[in-house]
Amino acid sequence: MSQRTLPPGRAEPGRLAKITSEEWLRRSLLLLLLGVLLVGILLPLVPLGMRSLSDPQGNFVGLDNYVRYFSSPGLTSSLFNSLTIAGKTTLLAVGLAFVYAWALARTCMPGKHFFRAVALLPLVVPPLALAIGLVYLFGRKGLVTTGFFGFFEQNFGIALGFDLNLYGQNGILLGELIYCFPQAFLILAVAASLADARLYEASQVLNASPLRTFWSVTLPEMRYGLISAVFVCFTLAFTDFGIPKVVGGNYNVLATDIYKQVIGQQNFVMGATVSIVLLIPTVLAFVADRIAQRHQNAVLTARATPLHPRPTPLLDRFALVYCSLVAAAILAVTGTVIYASLVDVWPYRLELTLRHYDFSKVGGGGWEAYTNSLWMAFYTAGVGTAIIFAGAYLIEKNRTWGPLRQTAYFLSMISVALPGLVIGLAYIFFFNPTHWTLLGVEMPNPFAGLYGTMAILVLSNIVHFYTVSFMAATTALKQIDGELEAVSASLGVPFYRTFWRITLPLSLPAVAEIALYLFVNAMVTVSAVILLYSPQIKLASVAIVNLDDAGDTAAAAAMSVLVIAACLTVRILYFWITRPLHRRTQAWRLP
Amino acid sequence: MKQWTTAIFALLLLAGCSAVQPSGETGTAAPSGEITVYTALEDDQISSYLALFNEQHPEITVNIVRDSTGIITARLLAEKENPQADVVWGLAATSLLVAEQQEMLEAYAPAGLERVRAEFRDSDTPPHWVGIDTWFSAFCVNTVEVEKSGLTMPTSWADLVKPEYKGLIAMPNPASSGTGFLSVSAILQMMGEEAGWAYLDQLHENIAVYTHSGSKPCRMAGAGEVAIGISFDYRAVKQKEAGEPIEPVFPAEGSGWEIEANALVRKSEIVPAAKVFLDWAIGDDIMQLYAGSYPITSVATEIPIPDGYPADPLAQLVENDFVRMAGEREQILAQWTERYDGKSEPR
Repeated sequence: MSQRTLPPGRAEPGRLAKITSEEWLRRSLLLLLLGVLLVGILLPLVPLGMRSLSDPQGNFVGLDNYVRYFSSPGLTSSLFNSLTIAGKTTLLAVGLAFVYAWALARTCMPGKHFFRAVALLPLVVPPLALAIGLVYLFGRKGLVTTGFFGFFEQNFGIALGFDLNLYGQNGILLGELIYCFPQAFLILAVAASLADARLYEASQVLNASPLRTFWSVTLPEMRYGLISAVFVCFTLAFTDFGIPKVVGGNYNVLATDIYKQVIGQQNFVMGATVSIVLLIPTVLAFVADRIAQRHQNAVLTARATPLHPRPTPLLDRFALVYCSLVAAAILAVTGTVIYASLVDVWPYRLELTLRHYDFSKVGGGGWEAYTNSLWMAFYTAGVGTAIIFAGAYLIEKNRTWGPLRQTAYFLSMISVALPGLVIGLAYIFFFNPTHWTLLGVEMPNPFAGLYGTMAILVLSNIVHFYTVSFMAATTALKQIDGELEAVSASLGVPFYRTFWRITLPLSLPAVAEIALYLFVNAMVTVSAVILLYSPQIKLASVAIVNLDDAGDTAAAAAMSVLVIAACLTVRILYFWITRPLHRRTQAWRLP
Repeated sequence: MKQWTTAIFALLLLAGCSAVQPSGETGTAAPSGEITVYTALEDDQISSYLALFNEQHPEITVNIVRDSTGIITARLLAEKENPQADVVWGLAATSLLVAEQQEMLEAYAPAGLERVRAEFRDSDTPPHWVGIDTWFSAFCVNTVEVEKSGLTMPTSWADLVKPEYKGLIAMPNPASSGTGFLSVSAILQMMGEEAGWAYLDQLHENIAVYTHSGSKPCRMAGAGEVAIGISFDYRAVKQKEAGEPIEPVFPAEGSGWEIEANALVRKSEIVPAAKVFLDWAIGDDIMQLYAGSYPITSVATEIPIPDGYPADPLAQLVENDFVRMAGEREQILAQWTERYDGKSEPR
């Protein structure tokens, strides 16, 4: 930003040549990124869009499908329902996550590591397991609904049962809330952890009340993260289909409409049409986000000193109580899944047993599927983090080729709007044919070899979870003052060295979060890969769906517990391995 | 330096990953006797069936893709331009009819075809699909809940509209579940259009929730979430066996039903192994195994009807005109959706 103020005369002839070759490298990297994004996100949408303009036989019919869809009576209610769910979820999830993230970053409450881990726990719970947990808690025979199977009624004579009316809007809302909370928290935690202590000192010196400080310092500096979190939660809740499918009852949303068209009736034309309709609000949200972000400046300037919260007993106590309540809710749902995997026959025979952990009698692919999932998650985390963080860097810390960077930014943001099922379907249409026919011209498909391989699974995962990781990276990068780069550049240090020596180490917490985020999501995701996995590469998350489908709910819960265990193990391992590194690169944050 | 790391990672994505999975089309170019089979059969069934195949045809490697009927059908149709499957095994006949309409199936008469009951295979010669067994609608009734709430055991479709069951029944949504559609189509064929829709109107009053999967209502009944789940026979029997308080009830008026069938996928290279598999899949040995899990198989066997099923399962099936139902499906679903779907959830 401040680089723009550099006097133009500073570049001497010799320096100019160097900058040019560096510039060339920058540009080719940007082009490479754009290529990946085009193939991964935009181009696969073309055959999908074409289908929405054709009849089932493939003849062009213009907007007929849209007219048909918009004139069908169910739509208005589905669209309205989707918007209601997305709106309410966003409000609740961002609100809760904001206070939670703030409490962790800005108070001296105890147990921060614990609370942070719990907040991110739902990320490692497969969505289906989340739904199983909700049903076992709030369903008609749920622990809460029946007052712990009448325990209180029998022993104390008071009926504590509470019927939430799970199936329908309440269930979806609760599910989406648990699903979106960690996503919002992830973005807001990064935003809250980077603060300039000087502003708070100034505020204190000026005798501003804590409320005033919060209002005029904390909120503005977290604004970027807040807007991002709102955008992500809205689109996630708007496009998710897993939770409405399981606990939605008769409350229809657009994403389940797609499911009904594609999986229920194999009506790809209508499925494609609804998919495109689904994109509209997300694109609008994107535009709104873009306008809001226009004036964003770096929060963390080169002169910033890191903020270290001071003990404030009252506030710390409040933070502890609040975080405990939220954490308890998350632990209850997860705990119920673990409990469900151990109970003989829920809810009639409550003896504990390990028999559901014996997968030899059930299908799904067993250990092989589990190993495949682990590999897929490792690839997704490694390749994905490299592409996403480097991509965010090229877009954020670069001043050339504005329109290209805007396009890359748009593509990076739009992927969140694509429901997994849509990605899966679009990928089949794009990657499977050996030849594409474009305007009557046939050409060989250069990517046909990817179909049915691990690579396409990895690519679909990276694309599916691109946006949230990208936003975390961008948030972290925005908080590093551009001046650091300007100084490096003026000292003749090439940008990649600055990146490697300064930007990357400074952003290490964000990079670590992104890698973990990608890993766990690849472990638990179902919607995109269920259409793409090949017989040679079965996956654990798909096995959970199949187990549940086959009525082996307890075995599905058991497999979920194993997936959760794998994710947690990786998390702990990662923490141990990176702690020394973390300590070295993040020392500047310490007093 | 960074760009090299990026490049290496990119190479890993392209080279490393494809090394794990060297060829995506092992099924297509497989003179070695490797085939890809798409199936919607239950997982626990597949493992015992395949063990038999591997024993009898060790030279052929079978790669199984197993998923629910809807997902398998969607995959099959979406891959139309470049089919990955060689064989479809045990998929709903109505799904195969759709694939046949799109000219995705190769007509093939497997060895021993003459033994297969005529109504269990495509009427064309050679047939595009050949059935192996049937499944039909059944109610999963939770005996504990029925007793606790002082309800009577339902025995027929007519019972289900009694006011005492208000809000206690789960049923699959026919727009997303094949099991849901076969029940709705049975009601419409049994009672006729007008009376059928009038019945569904009444039934709607008692429905707590329409589910997206055909087995879900039975699972909900098994967990006591509802008292009655409209589902299908195998699921009801299996859950009872698993120790859940479920009593399978086969409606007195008869059950809607559907055939699970096999087909050969039309593609540029049809491998001989695929035909070997199809021959085997209606052979006498495997029929014995099918009969162990389903009461009605397409080739009669000596195996006694498994426990929990009606004594005369064929009599349980209603008259069912598959081709007509496939033709009217879209219109029936549109009407069903307009009447019952998209309403706010009933209290």
